[in-house]
Amino acid sequence: MNSEKYKRFAFKKMNLRTKTLLIISLTALLLLAIVINSFFIDTSSITTNFPLRNMGPSLEHLFGTDWMGRDMFTRTMKGLGLSIQVGAFASIISTIIAVVLGLLSSMNKYIDLFVNWLIDLFSSIPHLLLIILISICLGGGAFGVIVGVGLTHWTSLARVLRAEIKQINTSEYVKLSKNLGKSKLWIARKHLLPLILTQIVIGTILIFPHAIMHEASVTFLGFGLSPHEPAIGVILSESMKYLATGSWWLAFFPGLSLLIIVLLFDLIGDNLQKILDPTNAHE
Amino acid sequence: MKLQGENISFKYPSSKEYIIKDLNISLKSNEIKGIVGDSGCGKSTLCKILSGYNKSEGKITIDGIENNAKNKFNPIQLIFQHPELTMNPKWKMKDILFESWDVDSELIEEFGIQKSWLNRWPNELSGGELQRFSVLRALSPKTKFLICDEITTMLDAVTQVQIWDLVTKIAKDRNIGLLVVSHDKALVERICDDVIYFDEINQSNLKEL
Repeated sequence: MNSEKYKRFAFKKMNLRTKTLLIISLTALLLLAIVINSFFIDTSSITTNFPLRNMGPSLEHLFGTDWMGRDMFTRTMKGLGLSIQVGAFASIISTIIAVVLGLLSSMNKYIDLFVNWLIDLFSSIPHLLLIILISICLGGGAFGVIVGVGLTHWTSLARVLRAEIKQINTSEYVKLSKNLGKSKLWIARKHLLPLILTQIVIGTILIFPHAIMHEASVTFLGFGLSPHEPAIGVILSESMKYLATGSWWLAFFPGLSLLIIVLLFDLIGDNLQKILDPTNAHE
Repeated sequence: MKLQGENISFKYPSSKEYIIKDLNISLKSNEIKGIVGDSGCGKSTLCKILSGYNKSEGKITIDGIENNAKNKFNPIQLIFQHPELTMNPKWKMKDILFESWDVDSELIEEFGIQKSWLNRWPNELSGGELQRFSVLRALSPKTKFLICDEITTMLDAVTQVQIWDLVTKIAKDRNIGLLVVSHDKALVERICDDVIYFDEINQSNLKEL
């Protein structure tokens, strides 16, 4: 009893840094397992097998089987692998755009005004609508979704970076560098980049779950990945037709897996933000 | 060489009153001039104007040519009162020191900077130690005029003497014009050839308030 009590409180007793490190390692392990698994998975279990159709969760089929007798666990793993890849690529694209625009805004006030206008423009249009538009323009599929999500998620990070860069630019050490004859590019590379690196890392981590969710939403609506790809959005969209027949496991397990991944990343982003911000590091 | 500030006037954009009005000042190479004034009278603002950190009305010239140091080393260098504000917290001390010029190791030793300090972060050194770095950083061979804005106010007496001895010696050796700004009249009178009282050269109506 005592040892159980101890175990329950052990996690609570850890400080934020240890907790975050633990969550990061667990998530990294999980992601790696999913991505590697999705490449080497035995595809024979996701071929049509009618005798096994509509089976509930069991030891043999952890997440059950669908209306064509395909193993839902294998499909979910493959789908998650694809979703994570789309999310990773999209968040990297978003981060690159945000960093470039953030640094450009420090060049002069006209570029700054333009960047500000661009941020307002992209923020004023609903993400989903823009992703659908871009994705359709690029012919859909994984490429369309990645570019669509990448081109729409940079605004909040760009806004944060722009504000941060403005603050650094008014510091005495940047003014001193200018007085020593250093160019704007030199200052951006040597002064600004190292100081905004934390914001960039946190920004990328926080964009990731958004990107995955939006990829799944767009695919669910039928504008994203093509139906033959086992993405979570496709799985959820297809399973909607069978929910009324009582096959709850078709949507429950893939949805839950997606939710866990998204929440883990949100948690990492929030905790890192707290740890790296000196004003509330002791919380 | 002669540094000249002509009709310098300055006010903050939000204020109507001039902090500095029609101020004229000149400094020659190899000259050590002091400016004394009470706290808040505008000494630091003048220092920033002369070294190009703040924009003002009037002209700042070197040998009659206006000093517009953009994208090139400014021959008028300023040493600030608070050295920690002039150092990027994510840079090591060696990067901070060598940002300006390739300081030779003899001079580093002469300034009492220990080799181990070079690999430290700015928050790991005291104010006096940091000030040694910022003085040495400003003493590039390209520096023709050096403005010291209360650079030893926060230091103990022994360190004050050490730093001033070095700065004045190097200024004389290199023919640098030195402008010492402080509220400490005794210090300025001890170091400088010529002492000016800020209120006497500043025509601002603020001093009447």
